[in-house]
Amino acid sequence: MTTETTARETLGAERLGMFLYQMMLIRRFEEKCGELYTKGKVRGFLHLYTGQEACAVGMMATLDEHDKIVTHYRDHGHALARGLDPNRVMAELCGKATGVSGGRGGSMHLYDVSKGFLGGYAIVAAHLPLAVGLGMAARMKKEDSLALCVFGDGSVGEGEFHESLNMSVLWKTPTIFFCENNLYGMGVPFKESLSTEIPKLAAAYNMPAVSVDGMDVLAVYEAMQKAVAHCRAGNGPYFIEAMTYRYRGHSMSDPELYRLKDEVDQYRKQDCIDRLKATMQTAGYLSEAQFHELTERVEQVVHDAAEFAENSPQPGLDTLFDHLTKEPAHG
Amino acid sequence: MVEMRMRDALREALREEMIRDETIFLMGEDIGAYGGSYAVTKGLLEEFGEERVIDTPIAESGIVGVGIGAAMGGLHPMVELMTINFSFLALDQIVNSAAKLHHMSNGQIHVPLVIRMASGGGSQLGATHSHSLEGLYAHFPGLKVVCPSSSADAKGLLKRAFRDQNTVIFIEHTANYTLKGEVPDDPDYLVEFGVANVLREGSDVTIVGYSGSVHQAMRAAEMLETQEEISAEVIDLRTLRPLDMDTVIASVKKTNRAVIVEDDWLFGGFGGELSAQIMERAFDWLDAPVARVSCKDVPLPYNRNLEFAALPSEEDVVEAVLRMFKE
Repeated sequence: MTTETTARETLGAERLGMFLYQMMLIRRFEEKCGELYTKGKVRGFLHLYTGQEACAVGMMATLDEHDKIVTHYRDHGHALARGLDPNRVMAELCGKATGVSGGRGGSMHLYDVSKGFLGGYAIVAAHLPLAVGLGMAARMKKEDSLALCVFGDGSVGEGEFHESLNMSVLWKTPTIFFCENNLYGMGVPFKESLSTEIPKLAAAYNMPAVSVDGMDVLAVYEAMQKAVAHCRAGNGPYFIEAMTYRYRGHSMSDPELYRLKDEVDQYRKQDCIDRLKATMQTAGYLSEAQFHELTERVEQVVHDAAEFAENSPQPGLDTLFDHLTKEPAHG
Repeated sequence: MVEMRMRDALREALREEMIRDETIFLMGEDIGAYGGSYAVTKGLLEEFGEERVIDTPIAESGIVGVGIGAAMGGLHPMVELMTINFSFLALDQIVNSAAKLHHMSNGQIHVPLVIRMASGGGSQLGATHSHSLEGLYAHFPGLKVVCPSSSADAKGLLKRAFRDQNTVIFIEHTANYTLKGEVPDDPDYLVEFGVANVLREGSDVTIVGYSGSVHQAMRAAEMLETQEEISAEVIDLRTLRPLDMDTVIASVKKTNRAVIVEDDWLFGGFGGELSAQIMERAFDWLDAPVARVSCKDVPLPYNRNLEFAALPSEEDVVEAVLRMFKE
């Protein structure tokens, strides 16, 4: 049996439909971000997730609401897949007071503690030890939750990658290390910056490590299910490398001199949305009318998000010094 | 009141706080069976067990990051970095994660974490192992920076650090570990942050110090009184963030002269900040320019004579005060 058959059978039409909807939502949301960036509404660094949607959707679908997530700076997809309000994510990108971080974070620093979404981290690999600590806290407090840590292939050269993998195994923390290998650390191919293969590094620290097709949402989902079961059973950390690809440049200012358009086209042929759509159609789970309806729904949500962001107020200048430190309320 | 060394006062603070609050746990390099490089955590492994006293790999960035994550997960960790010299390796975690998460998350996240480290020169450990970086950490908004000079303050401030909801950089001068002092044994004894301590009242000059330099300031004040009949007021800042500038300004308005003494380098050091604030707030009260007695602008050499020539001494403080009265 192939991955597609098993996951398709367990998940059924409704959940697969949700996966498809979420991937389409992220795709359209990112396109809108790009538009708003060129209009000057979104500023700063903007890293689009287009092409990698299967990773975010497949991973988040396996988590419980009390699980904790830390991720990298290409974080819009993870935020949306985790169920953060698209309106408030878009408002954050536009620096508005209604944004998930009140306009203080921007694209790379999205937070929603109510969803266990503890941030995008813009210093490469800085959040890996945080995920070990979050797992440690869960274990020490005897909670059933786990910490999911998402990072890119560029992280594996950092010392904190190795420090974190080592400590998570030593202390058996319920941490899932999820490496989105999109082949490039900015513009450097990962094969030119790493002397070995990524899962081998994790295996060297004595944790289970697998590599999966990160452009197949069902493959990601199944790998994550195993990882989650491993962590919940108290067996310590688990490592997943998902082979994926970003269609857009590293950020909006990337002239993409390091890769050929042919390569991008080749990956577009394996597109995660097209693949799930085909799978669902073959199974009789999706009609053209239903797909059209999904497309319209996504269009509406993204349109509303952009409108919400546009119409939201700027943070007041009198809030500049808010949240420097947390102090007890004076009554 | 019980007389004890600063290292024992610190240990008492850790013990009492760990008994009071089950979310507190300790992690660091050699804090378990070894008892800590400066014996602060000696016996705590036996008393609290491996779950709450955790020996870590030598991985400063990683262990501070784990502490931050555990704090975000609802615990109140203490990370011991052995010495401040190794904290450079954890600087990104301290500055970019611990200090900023509360602000960047719009108040959603906070990082209740105590990071302890030994600091200071004077032990012939060479340039890489002799830093005084209190001022460096005080530079970053979002952190609290604590640097006790006595056993009583060490205990009260460390206990207070565990009542804070933010990351506290707790810096202990190695020369202070063996100093003895009276310490209250009340388990609720706390020393509030941002309250400087007027250690000695005087009328002619204000000497401001923190951490190890408080002792040079006190010895200089005694020399000034007995040898020169100059009455010096000595202020121990106790915490650099929050900073109790009001106490310093009130004193300078009384004495009309200020000398700052610190182990930090002169160039760009914390004394420059103090000097600027005194100038901004008490310019019209000053009878002489603010003087700074700091570490000479050089990495601390191993050789004893050279090292002592670089570090500030009580004689340097006396000299700085006398210059003010001559000019």
